[in-house]
Amino acid sequence: MVNIGKSVVIKGELSGSEDLTIEGHVEGRIDLKDNVLTIGPNGKIKAEVFAKSVVVLGEVTGNVTASEKVDIRDAGSVDGDLVSPRVALADGAHFRGSVDMQRAGSRQPPPPQQQQKPNPPQQHPQQGQKVGA
Amino acid sequence: MAETTRSLTDLFGMLGPRRDTDTDAGAAADSSVTNAAEASYATKALHKFVAGLQGRDGPLLLDLGPVVGNNVTFFGEQLGCRLRVEDLAKDIDCHVKDGTVDQLPAFFSTRFTQAPGTVDGILCWDVFDYLDRPAAHSLAVSLSSLLRPDGCLLGFFSTADSRDPVYTKYVGVDDVTLRYRTYSASRPRQRSLLNGDIIKLFKDLRVTDSFLLKSKVREMLFRKPAPRL
Repeated sequence: MVNIGKSVVIKGELSGSEDLTIEGHVEGRIDLKDNVLTIGPNGKIKAEVFAKSVVVLGEVTGNVTASEKVDIRDAGSVDGDLVSPRVALADGAHFRGSVDMQRAGSRQPPPPQQQQKPNPPQQHPQQGQKVGA
Repeated sequence: MAETTRSLTDLFGMLGPRRDTDTDAGAAADSSVTNAAEASYATKALHKFVAGLQGRDGPLLLDLGPVVGNNVTFFGEQLGCRLRVEDLAKDIDCHVKDGTVDQLPAFFSTRFTQAPGTVDGILCWDVFDYLDRPAAHSLAVSLSSLLRPDGCLLGFFSTADSRDPVYTKYVGVDDVTLRYRTYSASRPRQRSLLNGDIIKLFKDLRVTDSFLLKSKVREMLFRKPAPRL
């Protein structure tokens, strides 16, 4: 188990073959395809994340892809899309994005987004939502 | 004895939604929702909604309620779906607080970023109860457009007027049981929609099932007809 401490800031691509806990800041891309990534309570991530399992207790901005499970704990926060066969969102967790829990072997490309239509009006920006029950 | 038990259950059902004491149902739920303050009731339309989507490959589901962890897990495991949560209660609250409720019809006409005909299922829950007629019409048109042919839409419509400013958060326990809890809203339910009004609202969809529950909620399941060849 490797730990990235609170004072550490990493910009770029982070990859490895052992479980990792991040308490610091990471920007870029995290690739731990066969291992567990834990974003600790102090961790702040702005990255595309790929791992076997991801546990979020801190903040993640970016899409998260896990081959086994994404677990967002009650103090955890994710702004981005989740792709994983199993997703757990605890009461009180913050989440804004979509969840893709397609079963293995049933992958298909995401539907085209409507180009002509504007995003929801700016006067009511979509806030991240606290998760209930 | 069994008949006596059933009779009592029916009697309590007529008095309102039952408190959750069903350990079998509770076992499927997250421990965070096994709370005596929450109520649960049998749903008749949910399993039909789920069954209507089960044969599809990675269906896209739109949930118009708040983010509920149990629902993400429930629908994800049942359907292997892509789920997008769009909390319309939050939108309504924003407009009420800003005094722009009259702009809700225009807002709903551009609210969704999905392309028309790409959504397999829509969980409306009871959002239409909180809208006046023009906003409800605009939202119904948008949702009908989003559904792909043969797509399903599930809506709950209260048949009893209530002035309590509360929303209801529905939590799927299993496909025949919903648990719910209320939370504060910026406006109460608007005038109850009659059955005919609801059908007119979704004139582009076909009503496949309609259940009037003892809790005075009408559960309605709609399906978008496939285009005629």
